[in-house]
Amino acid sequence: MIKTDILIIGAGPTGLFAVFEAGLLKLKCHLIDSLPMPGGQCAEIYPKKPIYDIPSHPEILAGDLVKNLKKQIAPFQPTYTLGESAISLVKADDNNFLVTTNKGTQHLAPVVVIAGGLGTFEPRKPPIEGLENFEGKGVNYIIKDPEVYHNKKVIIAGGGDSALDWTIFLENIAASVTLIHRRNEFRGALDSVEKVQQLKNKGLIQLLTPAEVIALEGDDFLDSVIVNHLGDSKSIECDSFIPLFGLTPKLGPIANWGLEIKKNAILVDNSLDYQTNIPGIYAIGDVNTYPGKLKLILCGFHEATLMCQSAFKRIHPDRKNVLKYTTVSGVAGFDGSLKEASKSFIKAIK
Amino acid sequence: MLKDITIHLIDREGISHTLSAPLDMQLNLMEICKAHELPVEGTCGGMAMCASCQCYIESSHSILERSADEEAMLSEAFYVKDNSRLGCQIQMSNAIDGLIVRLAPSE
Repeated sequence: MIKTDILIIGAGPTGLFAVFEAGLLKLKCHLIDSLPMPGGQCAEIYPKKPIYDIPSHPEILAGDLVKNLKKQIAPFQPTYTLGESAISLVKADDNNFLVTTNKGTQHLAPVVVIAGGLGTFEPRKPPIEGLENFEGKGVNYIIKDPEVYHNKKVIIAGGGDSALDWTIFLENIAASVTLIHRRNEFRGALDSVEKVQQLKNKGLIQLLTPAEVIALEGDDFLDSVIVNHLGDSKSIECDSFIPLFGLTPKLGPIANWGLEIKKNAILVDNSLDYQTNIPGIYAIGDVNTYPGKLKLILCGFHEATLMCQSAFKRIHPDRKNVLKYTTVSGVAGFDGSLKEASKSFIKAIK
Repeated sequence: MLKDITIHLIDREGISHTLSAPLDMQLNLMEICKAHELPVEGTCGGMAMCASCQCYIESSHSILERSADEEAMLSEAFYVKDNSRLGCQIQMSNAIDGLIVRLAPSE
């Protein structure tokens, strides 16, 4: 059981910055994210895109913003449950919530902050009839253990980095790899595209473009896929079909936690502290809504800051607190580090 | 001030909406839909990195061709047709006044 002061669901920029503001108030944070790394959309969707509206950064790459935030919060030693999605939230006792992930990891905290952006990232599933019937029976959207594909006939569909990377990787393991994409051009790292080209030239993989998987065949387990290639349909025998079309965010189980939802977002009290209709549960960043809401990273930072002040009062109802400035007090990390302004040096001039 | 143009948008229920679109706000079709509270997610914010604003152009307006980014995204999108476009890549201009466009199914 993981215990913390503030449990943050979602490790995007808003969730990460909340760790800093909480740290200034001596509150410890733990973050849960379905992605294997912190950063949310900035890391998953657009790490190489510049952002121009972060105050004091005329231009910053989304990936660098995440890198800087991780550096900024490092003194407060945040801990993470990554690659897992929070699926249930229940009241454990009068003062604590219990949050459990899809892998059964349990977290206990007096304050839960949902900073889930647009939701949990889930694989995009191509609209092929009966696809869901074969999930786990030959169809997988995520490769967890590559060894499963040892000596198997694998078909990969997609045109981005993951389709290219897994084609390269599985070629060493699988009996055969066929890569299928709707057009000849691939959107991926240049050296991956070149490697796949070499594998194709050497006859080590099959490449079918422009082509598309249009149907699946098999009784209980997948036996073959029907591919439309240049207008002709043909059946290709396989053990495994891996559609890799990226991820898309879905609000998911959060919608069933008893929180007031409006237009696919969590309604919060923006006049005070971004608390939801359940006291002790807050929602900040793109996942919340209120009159005048703007889905901007900079607004998420502001929301995180106000939320932490309220969370402090909830965790320490009897303690007085006053806003302190980092320029005056510095930043005292939980790791014993102290960053502070250098002291003025006073010396008389004779 | 430039005169607004008109976009005819058919939603996923087949209902047609007449949308007024300003030319001087650098808006694209995805943003116009969101401004009119139509069910277009625009998940990636308009970077041609998701397909949540995919639509089908149903009138014969001449629109700037798909960029390499848009082409790449559409090659991984679902329910794609020859007249598919990403709404976020269609900027408002006089050339598309009266455009008829239909939202693609949501994924």
